[in-house]
Amino acid sequence: MKTSANPHIHTSTQQIWNILQTIPDPEVPAISIVELGVVRNVEIKDADSIKVQITPTYSGCPALKTMEEDVKEKLRQHGFTNIEIETIYKPAWTTDWLSESTKQKLKDYGIAPPQKLTIEHLIPIGKKNVDPLACPFCESKNTALTSQFGSTACKALYFCHNCHQPFEHFKCH
Amino acid sequence: MTEQDALFEYCLRLGDNSLVLGHRLSEWCGHGPILEEDIALANMSLDLIGQARGFLGYAAKIKGEGSDDDLAFKRDARQFRNCMLVEHPNGDFAMTMVRSFFYSAIAYLHFKNLARTKDATISGLAEKSLKEVTYHLRHCSDWIIRLGDGTEESHERTQNALEELWNYTNELFETDEVDETLIKQNLAIDLKLLRKEWDDIINKVLEEATLKRPDDSRFMSKGGINGIHTEHLGFLLAEMQFLPRAYPDTKW
Repeated sequence: MKTSANPHIHTSTQQIWNILQTIPDPEVPAISIVELGVVRNVEIKDADSIKVQITPTYSGCPALKTMEEDVKEKLRQHGFTNIEIETIYKPAWTTDWLSESTKQKLKDYGIAPPQKLTIEHLIPIGKKNVDPLACPFCESKNTALTSQFGSTACKALYFCHNCHQPFEHFKCH
Repeated sequence: MTEQDALFEYCLRLGDNSLVLGHRLSEWCGHGPILEEDIALANMSLDLIGQARGFLGYAAKIKGEGSDDDLAFKRDARQFRNCMLVEHPNGDFAMTMVRSFFYSAIAYLHFKNLARTKDATISGLAEKSLKEVTYHLRHCSDWIIRLGDGTEESHERTQNALEELWNYTNELFETDEVDETLIKQNLAIDLKLLRKEWDDIINKVLEEATLKRPDDSRFMSKGGINGIHTEHLGFLLAEMQFLPRAYPDTKW
């Protein structure tokens, strides 16, 4: 932990994490970019320099650029002038990084959260032996996949045959 | 050939495959047969273009000059290193699905093995891309089965697509001194060794789809990895590269 002459500058990495925690995911604003697991590392270099490492959820996720800008803007507001954002690829992002409370936030927002990733989720052909997904609205497991690809790269489309509601699923990844 | 030159070429091959197929799939945007499929094609396109950014960006870094955009927009057809399969025009929906099925199957096997190689950036990009192409392969193989085992017309169109694209499957396993230089250092995967697993995936899906595997003894194209392409790539690049070439460094 470093101290600074400028009282407006937050100096501990924990405080930085707390600041970044307030940045919502641009496409699923119910959770923050920290909860999503996109922010991987924070390194304060000196009083006004900071480096933040981020990792994409999906290679082509168009929200990554917005997240970068949001991080820069937020840190600028907290007195940092020299902000470096580095994109890293390893370890690859996985939905297993989402905590139980984050998954609950997704569910409350109307998105079926990801199940724990198993080898079955990652088999490319043939039948997948995975538990049926519960509808985030009525809890019924009488649901069916409409399409593996949804409104954003990270979501699939489902339909609930019990409450007749289409819903989105945050894919296991 | 130095290790650095070989690594640059290898990244171009990976990046160009993703970029060219990603661009092809983006041509479907707004034209998909149903809304969900339009979204699916655009999603797959986006994944691929994202992968291309990763590999081409790393290629530029290895070279020590330029950027991912420079490599995508400022090279001519003969400098592209993609396989000819991915530049083939979309055709009908069956053609698009068969093309992505063939490509996703090799990409799946390639990335799965590449994720265990020595270079941290390449193995990291491979690990990330693997999860995406797994979804692509599942999506395409599901469609091959539905189309093949569907109506008389869908079966016929899918069989025709298999016949037309089969010529371009042999080059998916083509290697040269670029690969040999890197394989020795555990920086690349020998594509020839993936042939059997690729065949297994193709055969299993075609069988379930009641489709016939085309004859292997026919003429097979080769040379994409060395810049030999069909006439289709030039037209694709003319469209893809128009804006940055006409208005260099423009922002919007």
